[in-house]
Amino acid sequence: MGALFALIAGVVFGCGLLLSGMADPLKVKGFLDLLGPWNPTLALVMGGALAVGLVGFRLAAGRRTAWSGEPMQLPPPGPVDGRLALGGVIFGVGWGIAGYCPGPAIVAAGSGSMAALAFVAAMVAGMLLHDRVFAAPRRPAPTALAPQADV
Amino acid sequence: MSIDWPHFTPWAALAGGLLIGLASLLLLFGTGRIAGIAGIVGAACNAMLGDRQMRSGQAVRWAFIAGLALSPWLWSLFGTPPVGTPDVGLGGLLLAGLLVGFGVRLGNGCTSGHGICGLSRLSLRSLVNVLCFMGAGFVTVALLRHAF
Repeated sequence: MGALFALIAGVVFGCGLLLSGMADPLKVKGFLDLLGPWNPTLALVMGGALAVGLVGFRLAAGRRTAWSGEPMQLPPPGPVDGRLALGGVIFGVGWGIAGYCPGPAIVAAGSGSMAALAFVAAMVAGMLLHDRVFAAPRRPAPTALAPQADV
Repeated sequence: MSIDWPHFTPWAALAGGLLIGLASLLLLFGTGRIAGIAGIVGAACNAMLGDRQMRSGQAVRWAFIAGLALSPWLWSLFGTPPVGTPDVGLGGLLLAGLLVGFGVRLGNGCTSGHGICGLSRLSLRSLVNVLCFMGAGFVTVALLRHAF
C-alpha cells in the first residue's frame, strides 16, 4: 500500500517539476544568475510548494502512523554544524555548474536525456563516495551508525 | 538587476509548486516519509549494496523514484516534456553530479528534503542548509557566466 502511495507521489512530484519548468536546467540557472537577466521562476515554485507544505506538515504533526500503517518517520532535530553547511555549499556548487538538483535530474533522465543520465550516474557515485568511504560506518560499533533520516 | 521576462512563467511555476507540495504531503501522509530525494535515493542505493539498516522500506523508495522517472512518459501522452538541455559538457556534468551527490549526503538533504519539507516544518537546520546551497549556487553561476 505504501509503495502505491509513493508511486503516485513520485509521478505527481515529477509532473510538478515539469510543469514548473524546474526539469529544465537552464531555467534553474536563470534563477541562480543574479548578474544576468534574472528569472524568478524557481522562487515561485518554492513559494507554491511551501504554501501547501506549511499547512500539511502542521496537520501531520500529531499523527503517529501513516495511511499505510507505517510509523511516521520525521527526522529528529539535529545540530546546526559544519557538516550541514559544508554539505550545502558543495551541493550548491554542483547545482550551479549543471543546473540539476537530484529530483529534476531523475525526471530528465527518465525522459531519456543522456546528459541527465550521466549526471545521475555521477550523483549516485558521489552519494556512495560519501556514505561508504568518507562517512563509512566503523565496525564493530553499530551504535555509531545513527539511522540516517530520509531527507 | 533585470528580470528575464520572456522566460519567467509565474503561473506555471505556482501551479507546479502546488503539485510538488501536494506530492510531498501524499508521501508524508501515505507512507510517513519526508519527500527528500537525496535521502531516498541514497538509502535505496545503500540498501541495494547490502546495508541492512536501510533494507526496510525499499519498495516505497523505489516506487517513488520510479514515479519520478515515469512522469515524463505520462507527460508525453499530452506533449513534449520540457526537460531542456544543460549548457555544460560531459566533464562538467560528471563533476557537478559528484559534487551534488556528495554534498546532499553530507548535508543530509537537497532542494526537496531541506528546501520544501524542511522549511515547511520550520526547521532551522534546513534553513541554514538552504541558505548555503542557494548562496553557493548564486556564486558559482556568477563566476562561471560573468568572471571567466
